[in-house]
Amino acid sequence: MCGIVGLFLKDHALEPRLGGMLGNMLEVMTDRGPDSTGFAIYSGDTNLNFKFTVRGKNLEGLQDALSKELGVSVGAIARDTHMVLSFPQTMADQARSWLAAERPDVAVIGGGHRIELYKEVGLPAEVVRRFDLPHMAGTHGIGHTRMATESAVTTAGAHPFSAGADQCLVHNGSLSNHRSVRRNLEREGLTFTTDNDSEVAAGFVTWRMREGDSLVKALESSLENLDGFYTFVVGTENGFAVLRDPISCKPAVMAETDQYVAFGTEYRALVGLPGIEKARIFEPEPARVYAWERH
Amino acid sequence: MPTVDLASSPIRDLNRVLHNLPENTNETSWTVLNPAGQHSIAVGVDAPIDIEIDGHVGYYCAGMNKFAEITINGNAGVGLAENMMSGLVRVKGDASQAAGATGQGGLLVIEGNAAARCGISMKGIDIVVKGSIGPMSAFMAQAGSLIVLGDAGEALGDSIYEARLFVRGKVKSLGADCEEKVIGDEERTILSDVLRRAGVDVPTDGFRLYGSARRLYHFHIDNAY
Repeated sequence: MCGIVGLFLKDHALEPRLGGMLGNMLEVMTDRGPDSTGFAIYSGDTNLNFKFTVRGKNLEGLQDALSKELGVSVGAIARDTHMVLSFPQTMADQARSWLAAERPDVAVIGGGHRIELYKEVGLPAEVVRRFDLPHMAGTHGIGHTRMATESAVTTAGAHPFSAGADQCLVHNGSLSNHRSVRRNLEREGLTFTTDNDSEVAAGFVTWRMREGDSLVKALESSLENLDGFYTFVVGTENGFAVLRDPISCKPAVMAETDQYVAFGTEYRALVGLPGIEKARIFEPEPARVYAWERH
Repeated sequence: MPTVDLASSPIRDLNRVLHNLPENTNETSWTVLNPAGQHSIAVGVDAPIDIEIDGHVGYYCAGMNKFAEITINGNAGVGLAENMMSGLVRVKGDASQAAGATGQGGLLVIEGNAAARCGISMKGIDIVVKGSIGPMSAFMAQAGSLIVLGDAGEALGDSIYEARLFVRGKVKSLGADCEEKVIGDEERTILSDVLRRAGVDVPTDGFRLYGSARRLYHFHIDNAY
């Protein structure tokens, strides 16, 4: 099972409503994935700072300690168990090293100029409420409700997974060769924090893009290298893409209007979107990459 | 002319009422509003009634249908009219995967396109698709006719037993043990009869017929691993 939702806005006027729409879509997917819920939101601001989304039980004092370490005033927005820290991009490596050394209890789950990433164990409605998703604005977002198969029900095993700056991936399905792909990626210098197969898929796409592939090419390359069944929805700083395995094992439906492109594991998830009655509704074909980019 | 609004009434209530209809019911024309992609709408109907569903439906709509004529003014999700026994199911839009799966009888008309595995394991149902069908359609098909006015995806009729696959457009590839056949008088009669029942007025000479090469009927040592 598992449920995936995605929303990519073409109409800037809808940006304040992104979180609200995505939250409603996630709640409809509750019976496909009651174990954990997660989502990534790409904020619309043109902030030159770099952002880390971190997760931990005790985040108090983190902002001050990191500000002291970096010698700048670090921005921080706390949401439940997560915190978004912002600082100049040149300090990203220093911040990451410091967190790893001084605060091993804090997990960095995503980083980039625009991405914010939240995930927790629990029903979608509860997770959406805890992080106050309905009040988040942005240009695009993807979300996932998980019914666990390949690894334990933990917050770390919840989707989305992010392996590179402003990149994230959600997955419905199960990969059969993730162990061997993981070993190859580790040789390429990637690191993984869970036993989850979907984290490997995120790493694979990030690695291909690091090697110069476009988002579309990176996904086409995963058709040759990832074995198993999958529907992926991938977000990048400006893009949004969908890929289904060659036998389209997992369901998927999309809707496109002048205002947005939306993805749902089931059509039910799209019912509440504005203008859905007149949207072009289609089922993405197997083994074909669908991608949209903001200009 | 009962009308059921699924925005205010649960699917189970609708299906229960439909299941309890006697064979000679006078309530023969039903309208269902606001399906909103919900699953299992009008499954297991066993009465000669008309049901019109106004909007997109989710999974398994009209599954196991017997006698009823069910029209969907929208798209249908996975497993439309799966295991249908008799009657008519017509979807005005597209159908998702496995439309008409394991159907034993009756007629399924898809006015748009059908996704992967249309007519998988069909056992006597007739399916007419005005658009195109996805890959692996008629996989292990056993009986009945699949008629496609558009194109067919990869591996059409893989491991087919017996069923007639009429395609007017291009076939991307044939599956194992599926081959092109000559259309004889008998097949042409079946083709025109099913098209007539579906209300599709196209000449029968534009179609090509595919069926079983019957090489997988018996164990063959060269097929073993």
